[in-house]
Amino acid sequence: MNAAASPVDARTSPSGKARPGPPLWLLLELTYRCPLHCAFCYNPTDFARTGPELATQEWIKVLREARALGAVQLGLSGGEPLARDDLETLVAEAHELGFYINLITSGVGLTEPRIRALKDAGLDHIQLSFQDSTRQMNDFLSSTRTFDLKSKVAALIKQYEYPMVLNVVLHRLNIDHVEEILEMAHRMDADYVELANTQFYGWAWHNREQLMPSRAQVERAEEATRRYRERTDRTMRIFFVVPDYFERRPKPCMNGLGSIFLTVTPDGTALPCHAARMLPGLSFPNVKSASLEHVWFESEGFNHFRGNDWMKEPCRSCPEKARDFGGCRCQAYLLTGDAANADPVCDLSPHHHLVTEATARAEQAPVPAEQAPARTGESPPVEKPLIFRSPANSSTLFP
Amino acid sequence: MSELSAQSRPAIGRGFRLQWEAAQDAFVLLYPEGMIKLNASAGEILKRCDGAATIDEITASLEQAFSTSGLKDDVIAFMTMAHEKHWVSLP
Repeated sequence: MNAAASPVDARTSPSGKARPGPPLWLLLELTYRCPLHCAFCYNPTDFARTGPELATQEWIKVLREARALGAVQLGLSGGEPLARDDLETLVAEAHELGFYINLITSGVGLTEPRIRALKDAGLDHIQLSFQDSTRQMNDFLSSTRTFDLKSKVAALIKQYEYPMVLNVVLHRLNIDHVEEILEMAHRMDADYVELANTQFYGWAWHNREQLMPSRAQVERAEEATRRYRERTDRTMRIFFVVPDYFERRPKPCMNGLGSIFLTVTPDGTALPCHAARMLPGLSFPNVKSASLEHVWFESEGFNHFRGNDWMKEPCRSCPEKARDFGGCRCQAYLLTGDAANADPVCDLSPHHHLVTEATARAEQAPVPAEQAPARTGESPPVEKPLIFRSPANSSTLFP
Repeated sequence: MSELSAQSRPAIGRGFRLQWEAAQDAFVLLYPEGMIKLNASAGEILKRCDGAATIDEITASLEQAFSTSGLKDDVIAFMTMAHEKHWVSLP
């Protein structure tokens, strides 16, 4: 009895293969409606233009077809999935089908009757977002007064015996609070903490300059996380999602597009990653008119970046391409204008300077004030204002 | 956390779910936002971890099912690893 198991996890990278396996991960972005207005949200900035949300029966069709293809991990996200009043119905159906169901939520709307109904329906786990360990910064970054509410929701999640993941997106304005964030998570009895350094897509891309930490901040945060792990019993597991701009090799994004991950946007567009709709020249099918089997195995949008044929140099001849798949297609497109280029995070990329210039600018930017803004709506401690995610900003700034 | 012995009665750890996945032709352990695909041996052991059977009984059941003997050390080694990873708990 040797090697017991192979991890298949969004955070790790099994090697790719020619014939795609099942879409093990299904993420349903049920709605773009959200009570929060986070400046680092990965949702598309033009979300206000999205068509009508799928109806309950359409989501149920997606669940059935995905399960038949072998999907087993289900994420229910958004926007705020609790904005859908059929969430309990969808969870019950997914549970009946055998999914492991993760609710990814801001906590707003997670009342005790709903948390009980979701438990009864078969919800397995709740990931709750916090924006910071302090009320001031949490409420500033989300442009809402939600810190106290989130704290109450965390207690409810534990009371109803769900495994709880606390997710905190890290950036220039809160990364110095890592130790306090971990202590807060420990007090709340979190089972897992995700310290997720901002990935620069969607709203975060437009706020990149204000959100980019300095290298010293990143190093302090890593050190604080290491110290915390050392002095605790490790029953609370910590995932530190590295800020890839500070790396020399790209992340194996999605284990390669079309490898294990399938997401559906509120209007039914099927995508191989949350951000892929931005990739030019690709058409992505809608689940209202296409079966998921067609989406996964036959559609151009899912096949285009499978395998290695699309790669350019330096990826094409690189021995590391089987490990990182050339990095992130969306990041390559955002930074270089060509999605087939190497992810410029890689220091072998001829465009790597675009990444180092961005981090160098962060070194020169004003150090964030020690004191968080006192209340929602005040100016952030940097010069250029943050653009908060809101339907109004989406309509006017990204028409 | 109690010590592991041949008399321990392991159960699948809190926060994990063991499930047969036909599409993967394997047992998998599911947990928040993650999945571990188990090889055949690991799957056969874990499906016997019901909180009632002792490790000795699990070993005997495996030896009977696969018409073999001498699995005890392997089972203990796997259980030790599985316990460290919280895949099983010892009630």
